[in-house]
Amino acid sequence: MSDQTTTRDRIFGLFGLVIVVFYALFPVMWIVSLSLKTPATVTVKEGEGFFDILIPTDATTKNYTALFEGGLDGPFLRPLINSLGIALIATVIAIVLASFCAYAIARLDFPGKTAVLAGALAIAMFPPISTVGPLFDMWRTLGLYDTWLGLIIPYLSFSLPLAIYTLVAFFREIPWDLEQAAQVDGATPMQAFRKVIVPLATPGMFTAAILVFIFAWNDFLFAISLTSSDASRTVPAALAFFTGDSQFTQPFGNIAAAAVIVTVPIILFVLIFQRRIVAGLTAGAVKG
Amino acid sequence: MSDITLEKVTKRYADGTEAVKDLDLEIADGEFLILVGPSGCGKSTALRMIAGLEDISEGEMKIGGNLVNDKAPKDRDIAMVFQNYALYPHMTVRENMAFPLKMAKLDDAEIEEKVSNAAKILDLTEHLDRKPANMSGGQRQRVAMGRAIVRDPSAFLMDEPLSNLDAKLRVQMRTEVSRIQNRLGTTTVYVTHDQTEAMTLGDRVAVMRRGLLQQVGSPQQLYDEPRNLFVAGFIGSPAMNFMPVEINGGTAKLPFCEVELTQDARSALDSAGSGKLMAGIRPEHFEDASLVGDQPGPTFEVTVEILESMGSELYAYFDIEGGGQSSEQLDELAADVGGEVGGGEDGELQVVARLDAASEATKGEKLKMWLDPERLHFFDLDSGDRITAGSGSPEGG
Repeated sequence: MSDQTTTRDRIFGLFGLVIVVFYALFPVMWIVSLSLKTPATVTVKEGEGFFDILIPTDATTKNYTALFEGGLDGPFLRPLINSLGIALIATVIAIVLASFCAYAIARLDFPGKTAVLAGALAIAMFPPISTVGPLFDMWRTLGLYDTWLGLIIPYLSFSLPLAIYTLVAFFREIPWDLEQAAQVDGATPMQAFRKVIVPLATPGMFTAAILVFIFAWNDFLFAISLTSSDASRTVPAALAFFTGDSQFTQPFGNIAAAAVIVTVPIILFVLIFQRRIVAGLTAGAVKG
Repeated sequence: MSDITLEKVTKRYADGTEAVKDLDLEIADGEFLILVGPSGCGKSTALRMIAGLEDISEGEMKIGGNLVNDKAPKDRDIAMVFQNYALYPHMTVRENMAFPLKMAKLDDAEIEEKVSNAAKILDLTEHLDRKPANMSGGQRQRVAMGRAIVRDPSAFLMDEPLSNLDAKLRVQMRTEVSRIQNRLGTTTVYVTHDQTEAMTLGDRVAVMRRGLLQQVGSPQQLYDEPRNLFVAGFIGSPAMNFMPVEINGGTAKLPFCEVELTQDARSALDSAGSGKLMAGIRPEHFEDASLVGDQPGPTFEVTVEILESMGSELYAYFDIEGGGQSSEQLDELAADVGGEVGGGEDGELQVVARLDAASEATKGEKLKMWLDPERLHFFDLDSGDRITAGSGSPEGG
């Protein structure tokens, strides 16, 4: 009886899973298929069926190799390096700052604590588009226009609130007794933070890191507005500047190939850090 | 030397509430002192002030003769066992126990030796490489103890360390704690709300109530000579029975009988003046009259309402007329045990007597009861203080 139920449950579960995976991955499948096509076959012709469109008849890796032609002077490699560098630096700075801030909010009682949280929330709600204009002027004056720093700063201000909120929730979960135990055991407050709190908050830090990285990696608005050359242009912005073989051919294949490549770091990033996000890491600390 | 001295130590919070008021306490080197009281009495706050986890608002705290008011916990050379153990979940048992030593920057060989010694004492040797999450409550409790003893600190502070264990394990660990403290001879301050732990473990017991120290003394002292209603009611299980009393010359009129006063009691009562009084008698100072032989003392007849057999003894509950009298201290006791002490408004009062197992008391039947007139206590209802030969006006002493 119960076996039947579980079998039925499993079948339904599997069915649901297939639908969700198909729904989520269909666009990815489509873009992978596009990236393997030649410019000649990229458009749909009359009489072609669904699978004729999806499965490229003359699969080629030319779109991919073209991206890297010319190395650093090519259309793609510099932006890829820019993207990686800017996103990683923004993530590291955001996590360090956010963990200090979140720790203070979760543990200390200081005047203006609610103001900090409210301010963070207000920034997170602020539409980025309304800051782009002023930033453009300011960055030009300050000499930050078209630099890595010029992108890292706005990424930090928009991702910090998210990181702080995430980390506050994680820090609050950590029993305060642990830290006091560490202090009684002879640790300075900084040692207690580094050796006890941080290791326990690691899942939270990785969660926050993923969120910040994805935000910085995917951003198009700031990237297109605050850059003007390969010195700091990131991949999403660079894609907009791809040109075809001639002015009459659209570089669909190249754009698709680039889109596939930019997805890879995100997937790797999530896969690597997901292992660190283990629930119940604090189990066994205190008896509750 | 690692004696701990508290002089007029006060903890006042920002909103003006005082968790601990003018606490004076001297804990001798090597002594096992228990801080006991109902929840919210300030005992944990007092302990945390000794540890340095709470600031001291007023007064002086000395450990080993040095003023430590402004010293961080790490500079006080104390070790603490927390109620919830507070083990570091990301470290193995070995790493947990080595943590304080690493913080003290000992070299690895020394750390290894001390950890394995402590593990041997606590019977944890084969668990050293496990993580706390995979251990039972009792084992975790021992790891917490291990982390404290491994460093050989000048004092142990324990905050209800056994309250999370089940009853059987608690008794077992109680003996263990006592054994370890005896063996190491380290000054220990132990906080508990459990009066059984207080009575069995400590050299001395300090009873606290609402931030005020009520009485400090050996367990026997607290039991025999409680200073006030609160201590009398808190120490001992089942608790002391309280009932209204009237003094008429040489006799005390209890709700169920009249008792001839002893010489000591008479002189004490004479000197105490004429406030309203409360009488207190412990359950074990009643007995089935048929079992006491010809010992002197009043006998009286009661109806046994409830009879609980413990095997080695019987608890007989009977109702008496009384009540209508209230005292702040008794109200607090009542709040702590979640019932009524010293009579409710309805005028009925339940008294419990501990009888020998040989008694033939039966539920619902009449029983002739005896009480020991020597062990009758009298309390001033207003102040709550016990009336002793020394109390009251000086010439009464």
